[in-house]
Amino acid sequence: MTGSFAALAPVIPTPHIEYGQLSPMLLVFGAAIVGVLVEAFAPRSLRRSLHLALTLGSLAGAFVLTIVIATSSTLFAGGSAGHIAAMGAVAVDRPTLFIQGTILVLAFISVLLIAESSHDVSAFAAQAAAVPGSPEEREGLLAGISHTEVYPLTLFAIGGMLLFPASNDLLTMFVALEVLSLPLYLLSGLARRRRLLSQEAAMKYFLLGAFSSAFFLFGIAMLYGFSGSVKLGAIAAAASGNTASSVLLYAGIALIGVGLLFKIGAVPFQSWKPDVYQGSPTPVTALMASCTLVSAFGALLRVFYVAFGQLTWDWRPAMWAVAIVTMLGGAIIAITQTDVKRLLAYSSIAQAGYILTGVIAATTAGLSSSMFYLAAYGIATIGAFAIVTLIRDPGGEAGHLSSWAGLGKRSPLVAGTFAFFLIAFAGIPLTSGFSSKFAVFQAAAASGGLPLVIIGVISSAIIAFPYVRVIVLMFFSEPAPDGPIVVRPSAYTSLAVGVGVLATLVLGFIPEPLLRLAHDAAAQLFVR
Amino acid sequence: MTGSLAATLVRPAMALTTLPAVGAQHAAWLLLAFPAFGAIVLLLGGKRTNAWGHLLGVAMALGAFVVGVLAFVQMLGYPASQRSRDLHLYSWIPVAHFQVSIGLLLDPLSICFVLLITGVGSLIHIYAIGYMSHDPERRRFFGYLNLFITAMLLLVLSDNYVGLYAGWEGVGLASYLLIGFWQYKPSAAVAAKKAFIANRVGDVGLSLAIMAMFATFGSVSFTGVFGAVGGASHGVTTAIGLLLLLGATGKSAQLPLQSWLLDAMEGPTPVSALIHAATMVTAGVYLIVRSAPIFNLAPDARLAVAIVGAVTLLFGAIIGCAKDDIKKALAGSTMSQIGYMMLAAGLGPIGYALAIAHLLAHGFFKAGLFLGAGSIKHSMNDEVDMRRFGGLATVMKITFVTFGFAYLAIIGIPPFSGFFTKDPIIDAAYSRGGVSGALLGTAALLGAGITAFYMTRIMLMTFTGKRRWEDAAHPHEVGPVMTSPMIILAIGSLGAGGFLMISNRLINFLAPVVGTPPLSHGFFTPLSFLSLALVVVGGALAWAMYGRREVPVTAPHGNPITVAARKDLYGDAFNESVLMRPGQWLARLSVFFDNRGVDGLVNTLAATLGGTSGRMRKVQTGFVRSYALSMLVGAVLLIGALLLVRL
Amino acid sequence: MSYYVPVIVLGGLAAFFAIFSLVMGALSGPKRWNRAKLEAYECGIEPTRQPAGIRFPVKYYLTAMLFIVFDIEIIFLYPWAVAFDRLGVFGLVEMVTFVATVLVAYAYVWRRGGLEWD
Repeated sequence: MTGSFAALAPVIPTPHIEYGQLSPMLLVFGAAIVGVLVEAFAPRSLRRSLHLALTLGSLAGAFVLTIVIATSSTLFAGGSAGHIAAMGAVAVDRPTLFIQGTILVLAFISVLLIAESSHDVSAFAAQAAAVPGSPEEREGLLAGISHTEVYPLTLFAIGGMLLFPASNDLLTMFVALEVLSLPLYLLSGLARRRRLLSQEAAMKYFLLGAFSSAFFLFGIAMLYGFSGSVKLGAIAAAASGNTASSVLLYAGIALIGVGLLFKIGAVPFQSWKPDVYQGSPTPVTALMASCTLVSAFGALLRVFYVAFGQLTWDWRPAMWAVAIVTMLGGAIIAITQTDVKRLLAYSSIAQAGYILTGVIAATTAGLSSSMFYLAAYGIATIGAFAIVTLIRDPGGEAGHLSSWAGLGKRSPLVAGTFAFFLIAFAGIPLTSGFSSKFAVFQAAAASGGLPLVIIGVISSAIIAFPYVRVIVLMFFSEPAPDGPIVVRPSAYTSLAVGVGVLATLVLGFIPEPLLRLAHDAAAQLFVR
Repeated sequence: MTGSLAATLVRPAMALTTLPAVGAQHAAWLLLAFPAFGAIVLLLGGKRTNAWGHLLGVAMALGAFVVGVLAFVQMLGYPASQRSRDLHLYSWIPVAHFQVSIGLLLDPLSICFVLLITGVGSLIHIYAIGYMSHDPERRRFFGYLNLFITAMLLLVLSDNYVGLYAGWEGVGLASYLLIGFWQYKPSAAVAAKKAFIANRVGDVGLSLAIMAMFATFGSVSFTGVFGAVGGASHGVTTAIGLLLLLGATGKSAQLPLQSWLLDAMEGPTPVSALIHAATMVTAGVYLIVRSAPIFNLAPDARLAVAIVGAVTLLFGAIIGCAKDDIKKALAGSTMSQIGYMMLAAGLGPIGYALAIAHLLAHGFFKAGLFLGAGSIKHSMNDEVDMRRFGGLATVMKITFVTFGFAYLAIIGIPPFSGFFTKDPIIDAAYSRGGVSGALLGTAALLGAGITAFYMTRIMLMTFTGKRRWEDAAHPHEVGPVMTSPMIILAIGSLGAGGFLMISNRLINFLAPVVGTPPLSHGFFTPLSFLSLALVVVGGALAWAMYGRREVPVTAPHGNPITVAARKDLYGDAFNESVLMRPGQWLARLSVFFDNRGVDGLVNTLAATLGGTSGRMRKVQTGFVRSYALSMLVGAVLLIGALLLVRL
Repeated sequence: MSYYVPVIVLGGLAAFFAIFSLVMGALSGPKRWNRAKLEAYECGIEPTRQPAGIRFPVKYYLTAMLFIVFDIEIIFLYPWAVAFDRLGVFGLVEMVTFVATVLVAYAYVWRRGGLEWD
């Protein structure tokens, strides 16, 4: 009996896990789990400082590990593009390491914002479960408690973001997508002020996110049906060899594309972005606008360059259309926005369109310029959202633009810094916005995307209007008598803003080091 | 002589060979460093620098001027073929496929601009000490002026189009800040916005041109582009030329992007003199002349440049005839004079040097006119309505004489500047031959007559006749810190044109960069006598209307042309009715947009886009179900698009 | 295409059964309508309308969900239990990691009062 059973069962090869190469992700996930234990066992008074040390320490540690892996002589020995670790589930190659390093840096800065607690306690609700406006909620607020769960949740999300662009098969990618999304759904519902708006945002994000995940999963099923595998390399091999039942393949590409384009907020899958950006606690918005965008673009780049790399001519027309409507749609709708976070959301949509032009290039230049753009934009956008947290009225953050009138007179430094970020988003030379736009448009033009570049330039001219309007409002209008106050930022927020300004300036004047790093990272594209 | 024939006679430009800069030219980076340092100290230094800020600003401008003169002297020491010197500063983006370096190009063309910008710039800095003496924010003003000088020098000195673009955006920013300097005036804020948006439209043209160059030639440096341009197809060079023209129209207030310049007069007068007359608005002309190797191969684009110039020179002149605000009348005149330069540049190799000559001469006399207007305004309680002037010749003698010199220069009376620089342009336009040459030449000739009319009108209404002053006005001559720059500029108005043009001095100097035009016919041609006759007719007409008769304090209704011209020839109204009205009610959906005043905001695109935006905004209903539906539709379209490709 | 024949046949059978049942039920059954019969079917009990905006205790759902979460985690132990000898030390380490992770979640739920009924 046992003998025949053993004979029937296939031999199971012992799986091999490259713990060293996966260490950045393992460290972040491990820290997240320890964070849950801290939440369970540490006394309330100690929790915040323990979490902060754990979160920042693990992010810094993971960044160091990423650098160690990237400079490892064995991994990239003999001109190797990289290594596929964990039984084919995770790819460790230079573009991935660049993207992961970017995410870790941006996450570190975002956590600084999340940790801000000096003014008006923190951005997060005392008790998420309390009904908005109820006595329980007031009690929690008065007691000065706040949800310290945000730190482990953030770490889980960041871990998912690290895994998402590194996934070498679609199932791992799907798991990573969920791991990064679920904590974000929760986090976006935790705003301390304007609770109903925040909860609505969380609900919308969850429903639409689940909807897009369904598309993604359906796409995986289609591609599995087509190629008999979920591995990106196997799909690419099947796609280049076979044209028989191509309906499955193309429907699969489109559905996977929907899932990924949803995460980056490309039109027509952008509708969640303004509502969620507006409703979420601003530090979480900063995290989403920087890290999630980088991660989702990383995954998009990997899937379209590795799995569908042979089919560039097939998916390009559709992606062209998406990029065009994204660039124009984001820029045009931005004009009539009256809330600063919504304006930044539409700006982010338009920026996603510009990066898409680099993705569509499907060349090393396209890859490197997209990665450079993501890093430059991510840092600037965190800085801009950090400024938003400083402008406050009795109801919390003063998001409506009318209350930003005359800010330049009241607080020239804060207004000037925000104007500087807007100028960078508009792509004025000698800011990172110009060098990054120039890089992606150059890559797009070099691979036959000149019409896209033309639309991109027009779009960036259009979106300069709303930016200028905010600048004019801040500097050329009289301040309202009952206008908002500008709180003095603590060290955390100052650091986030300072890093944003410095990076935007340095990447505008001397983009060379980072551009070269991105260029070297992209030289061999992704490992297959 | 036809245009193509003229091209064959031209010796090819030699700008392709540049040598590294040495000696004093090696220190050319100081040209940028001085004003940049001034701007940083004044803008970041805060109130601490109030006491001496203006002096630092002047010192930095003068320092840059000295460096410019030294570099110029050194350049004169080189033989003509070795005058293009490149100073490599640093590699901005030196990654494999993607090379952009920051470098300065010192050649005869750029040095002309350097001397104009720093020379006239320094004079205007000095003038502004007096003009802004009562303004509490004088330090900030000088900070912006220094910022402008830095950006403008970057624009003309860059050895590649990206650096030029950086300077281009920089001068736009400085101009924007300075127009809106008196931000308590709502009209100033609106004007600032209008200028920014008109410039943005132009910038799209320039940035697309740069992208197209990169895509076609793989380079954005002048040497790289001009070296490869010979191999490009006719369509490509024409397209790049037209895009560059769009950029130039935005910055130089040429049709159809002209409307911002009149509103820009809301800024302090030294700004109007420096930025909106002498230097920044001529950047478009610089761009065209600098890109001569491209335009040489794109005759169609060149014709477009010439037509834009000719139309604008008439358009601006007609507006200048009807404005009662002295600064706006002069702004119309600026448009018109830049139209002459564009026309000359559009004529190709025969006209590049003429355009630069007129640009330099114009820098002197127009700055002189604006400073004169500024000193009148300064001494008359900020009055700018000429119907409230009159009889000022006796009370403001220095202003009257310097203004008079500039007046004689602009209308082209020999031996003043304009005669030597404007008439050759008319001559060159006719020598183009054919119907187009006749039309362009006639436009330029007519423009000369109209110029004489409106300038004489300004002179008569301001300086002669009865005193129509407000009771509170006590006009008096301004102090020496303001008059001395005016005197220097007046000397320039007298001598600059003759100095530059007699014995082809400037033409020979610029020849290594823009090529040598065929020999001119001398200055006293039959055509120049015809032009002088028209000038006399124009002046006499103005005298008959404004000198002989009493000028009413309130403007009469006037004939239809006057009414049209007062309204900027319906430039705004046209934009409004064609582009704005349809979108306007939609734009009103947005409360904020409405509050900020769409009517005043901008004329054209903004409202149309605002309308579209308002319409599209409605898609964002806030209902998850409609979001999900839009996602579903998007997914279906995406699948459809991908499958369609395979069919 | 032949791969899909069984699927199509199965789909056809299902559709036939559904339509057949509905049609036969409508044709052969007695028709005596009353209000209860016209309501949406809910365990045979006439539904009572909940007043809008009322809060109802979430404890039951919480407990039920916790049960399902931990129950499903246990399922993952089965494949390992069947082949643990051939998976060796690697399998043991991975499984201990997995159980420890679940244990952390359990500790959190326990410490934060998720298991207390009141």
